[in-house]
Amino acid sequence: MSLTESFRRRTAPQLHVGNKFRSLPKSARWSIGAIIIAACYFTPYWPDVPVLGWIVDTPGTSFENVLTDQIMMFILVALGLNVVVGFAGLLDLGYVGFYAVGAYTTAVMTSGQFSWPWIAAMPLSILMAMIAGVVLGTPTLRLRGDYLAIVTLGFGEIIRITANNSDWLGGPRGINKIARPPSFGPFEFSVLNAKPYWYLGFTVILIVIFVLTRLENSRVGRAWAAVREDEDAAELMGVNTFKFKLWAFAIGAAIGGLAGALYASKVGFVNPDNFQLQLSILFLAAVVLGGTGSMYGVIMGGILVAWIPERFRGFDTRRYFVFGVVLVLVMVFRPQGIIPRRTAAAGISGKEESE
Amino acid sequence: MLLEVQDLHVFYGKIEAIKGISFNVNEGEIVSLIGANGAGKTTTMRTISGVRPVAQGRILFEGQDITNMAPHDRVKLGICQAPEGRGIFPGMTVRENLDMGTYIRGYKSATKAADMEHVISLFPRLGERISQMGGTLSGGEQQMLAIGRALMSRPRLMLLDEPSMGLAPMLIAQIFSIVKQINSEGISVLMVEQNATQALKTAHRGYVLETGYVMKTGTGADLLVDPAVRAAYLGG
Repeated sequence: MSLTESFRRRTAPQLHVGNKFRSLPKSARWSIGAIIIAACYFTPYWPDVPVLGWIVDTPGTSFENVLTDQIMMFILVALGLNVVVGFAGLLDLGYVGFYAVGAYTTAVMTSGQFSWPWIAAMPLSILMAMIAGVVLGTPTLRLRGDYLAIVTLGFGEIIRITANNSDWLGGPRGINKIARPPSFGPFEFSVLNAKPYWYLGFTVILIVIFVLTRLENSRVGRAWAAVREDEDAAELMGVNTFKFKLWAFAIGAAIGGLAGALYASKVGFVNPDNFQLQLSILFLAAVVLGGTGSMYGVIMGGILVAWIPERFRGFDTRRYFVFGVVLVLVMVFRPQGIIPRRTAAAGISGKEESE
Repeated sequence: MLLEVQDLHVFYGKIEAIKGISFNVNEGEIVSLIGANGAGKTTTMRTISGVRPVAQGRILFEGQDITNMAPHDRVKLGICQAPEGRGIFPGMTVRENLDMGTYIRGYKSATKAADMEHVISLFPRLGERISQMGGTLSGGEQQMLAIGRALMSRPRLMLLDEPSMGLAPMLIAQIFSIVKQINSEGISVLMVEQNATQALKTAHRGYVLETGYVMKTGTGADLLVDPAVRAAYLGG
């Protein structure tokens, strides 16, 4: 038995953690969930905890800012991209485009000539990203597999280049003076204090998880799974595959837009360089690394992809080497992702086997 | 008349795969389309279920023109296909696969449990494998699952594309006897087969397809003894 094989077997029992959790009585599940959620709200204070603090520490940069500018965004984006790639099985290489649409909508509406309040710009950013998803999806979702990937890749670039060449979007200089969320009570949103952004962002993440869990276990989720497994067979079972693919695209885009809008209002400044193709690839890496189709998996993937380069910032430029090694190790030992989808864990990978 | 196909033409690119065929299925019948490779059998099936577009001609279901109707809407009318090469969902369990059959009647269909029990009584094997992933089933079991899943949609007309393909002789006999049983419960069946002997024995009527044309038609019994059909498809 090879080394990797034996490691895979030894780590396999971890897959049952989820099942064990589900078999607990309801009261126990609620309390464990509440404790985990509470602990996560206190993440900005983790660096002060012994041992844990040393692990999560990001030398050279503020952990708070890594948490809000990187980790939070990657979790949201991974959750959104997972709807497209994981639930419906559509390869999207231009997801950064939706992130950019959300960020730029908030930027344009809350700064300069419009000066909308933050709270009004949020829904519009989500809506605009969703519209972008429908506009891109309507003509392109007739394509499958690689062809879809190429078209979406182009879309991501079009958005960035358009922003770069449009004066009303600030051109290469971008847009600054983007509105912050309104402060209330003890939560003051300012440059100096990133904690309130995490409280806001984590709440948004919880809401997104809740909504997506409901969707995944509904008739919509079943339709997505059927499309992912075998599109023709899904159609022959009465699933309007085009409609559900478009929905997956629109919902995924909406979450991407939401993440972009939050990013813009946290950083206060956007320019086209924030939305490079490389980001789309990292987003997809987060999903694949965590476990395509598994929501808690992609959250883990998002956290790792965002956090590792910052954790090893001390290694200077070689930190990307560490990042690469971690990616390779995860793919060798956990080819289905850190927390695989249930079916992937059983060793059946949808389309590959049927073709 | 349940299904009526009139002068159907279907193209793959510039190649005309179906060159104007007409046939029909009456309520309660089993009809077989037989023919060699490339005769257009599977194309015909895919056109009736709506996955392939029609170039010319009409398809009527209970008198309603469905020529340009989307495939998923045809399922709602009661046309359900067990696709060629099984076409099950490999990453779903047998139960989830069967659940997908009731998709058109809503996710929480009241009759789902009863329907599933019925399918399992027809295919006890599926009951034994109910929590197993579809992709881990044997070829024969996958075929049973594809037929069972189509049954779950309570079709008026079931389309079976090569139900015997790649199966052991014992299993082939079993599949055909189940087709007869399904038919006796009031479901009409249109079946495409290379195994002409079995298909014609099971069917009330048959059509012999050859390179996109209907060459011959008659009752299953007549075609079985027809000298030309015997020579071409039944091994003399």
